[in-house]
Amino acid sequence: MAPAWLRPGPLPKLELPSWPWRITWLYLGLVLFLPLGAITLKAAGVGPAGFWELATTPEAIASYQISFGLALLASLINGVFGLVIAWALVRCRFPGQRLLDALIDLPFALPTAVAGLALAAVYSSDNGWIGEPLYRLFGIKVAFSAIGVAVAMVFISLPFVVRTVEPVLRSLEKEQEEASWCLGASQPQTFFRVVLPQLLPAILGGIAQGFSRAVGEYGSVVMISSNIPFVDLITPTLIIQKLEEYDIEGATVIGSVMLLFSLASLLVINIIQVWGQRYQATSTAVG
Amino acid sequence: MSFVVPDLQIHQPPKPPKGGTSSSLGKTLLGAAIPLIACLYVGLVILIPALSVVAQAFAKGVQPFLENMGSPELLSAVKMTLITAAIAVPANTIFGLAAATAIARKKFPGKALLLSIIDLPFSISPVVVGLMLVLLYSPSHGVFGSVINSLGWKIIFSWPGIVIATIIVTFPFMAREVIPLLEEEGWEQEEAAKTLGANDWQVFWKVTLPSVRWAALYGLILTTARALGEFGAVSVVSGNIRGETQTLPLFVEDAYKQYQTELAFGAAAVLGAVALVSLLLKFAVELLLEQDKKAQQIKTDA
Repeated sequence: MAPAWLRPGPLPKLELPSWPWRITWLYLGLVLFLPLGAITLKAAGVGPAGFWELATTPEAIASYQISFGLALLASLINGVFGLVIAWALVRCRFPGQRLLDALIDLPFALPTAVAGLALAAVYSSDNGWIGEPLYRLFGIKVAFSAIGVAVAMVFISLPFVVRTVEPVLRSLEKEQEEASWCLGASQPQTFFRVVLPQLLPAILGGIAQGFSRAVGEYGSVVMISSNIPFVDLITPTLIIQKLEEYDIEGATVIGSVMLLFSLASLLVINIIQVWGQRYQATSTAVG
Repeated sequence: MSFVVPDLQIHQPPKPPKGGTSSSLGKTLLGAAIPLIACLYVGLVILIPALSVVAQAFAKGVQPFLENMGSPELLSAVKMTLITAAIAVPANTIFGLAAATAIARKKFPGKALLLSIIDLPFSISPVVVGLMLVLLYSPSHGVFGSVINSLGWKIIFSWPGIVIATIIVTFPFMAREVIPLLEEEGWEQEEAAKTLGANDWQVFWKVTLPSVRWAALYGLILTTARALGEFGAVSVVSGNIRGETQTLPLFVEDAYKQYQTELAFGAAAVLGAVALVSLLLKFAVELLLEQDKKAQQIKTDA
């Protein structure tokens, strides 16, 4: 039998998209666009003035400050330690390296409720393995305070910087550093002038991803937080409280604010990635 | 494409520092301090909390742990979790493979946008995912509320809501793992199969799927792990009724809140074991892929 394209037939025909396309759009429509449409519709129903009012109530503002502030803190801490861990994984050799590498993935794999339970137990100031000595020696209360929320955010955003920096660090050419030393630069100079600039897009990208993840995190935070408004109540918990109080409009508006933040953060992460690729391209072209 | 998902990659052991660079950072005090700081940090933030779950679950020995495992509420939560995964994972697998074959090898305007859209669930807070479903399907204030009421369906505070929430949170994994691999492989083999007379379905089963099997398996592991462990989105739509609409992660939180600490840690240990198995499977797939690549290398060399 001749292949289909050899046989004459009614040629210009309205072509239906292929099956994979149909499945993709149907699925995306049902599970993503429909829910997105619902929240947009409901938020639009509130009206601009009402939206602004509900989005900027004192408790909402306080929850944004707590969520975004602590998430920023957590992702910056992970920016520093993520770089250290990536460096240890790529450039050093030490016993237990494989275990360290495997542990980094645990926050991705462990259900957030388990993470929250574990952190609340370990950092409890009554009898936690770490929390009790911290409280006894320094008077620092970690679990059921804003510090605990930050610890949970640190836990869940830890892998991002490590995993974005690792491949870039691995691909760096040692010759550049050697050249820098040969030209008389000290080790700190070499690190800050030669190595760090090349890692910067990856570090920033990892921080941005960790930040975005930490802002949206609920499961682990809700278990280690005391969930007191204005103290350590995060925005996702506020949405759930509003829903439980049947304040649907309030929940919708604050949920929309979080959704807008997610879209913005996705955009920023993409921009950082494009910038990083440009940087890589020019650096290889020059080198 | 933006969010880091644990990528399927061949495990590369770190290269030992070259001998010629004895003045490098590796030799200084700082060089010894870096692994130490890394291990201390990961120990404090990840390892000790993880170990504490195991310690607490078995604090009173194995016998009480096993008794806790027999609790009917816990068993019902396990059942709910398994049902949810049994629907969500196959559905997402079909979507992921369809999306990958549709998107990966074509160039079209808006491709980057479509990939970002598929990524959205990674950046949307799970709570907002749950909220969107309430606004869509809730009988009292959902957009489709009246339709659902008249049909007599129950989606929110029932298992369909839990399943849909889980599907939304987990659907990007499969597509994200398979797309890069398909882009790398190119069209040639499929074209050859088509010229030899295979139909689309045959091409998919006999050529496309085998060529991406490790990535697909990897995506399957990630999807399943996340589906079994999802908390935020599910907690909004489940209603959290013990013995009915409670999944295992919800049960952990609920038991903890009710001061049933041992029960909470017992359930957490089960989920932790699942996470550990998923990490081990991931590692196994990476090893298999490595072997495959080596075998191919030998073939092409010969």
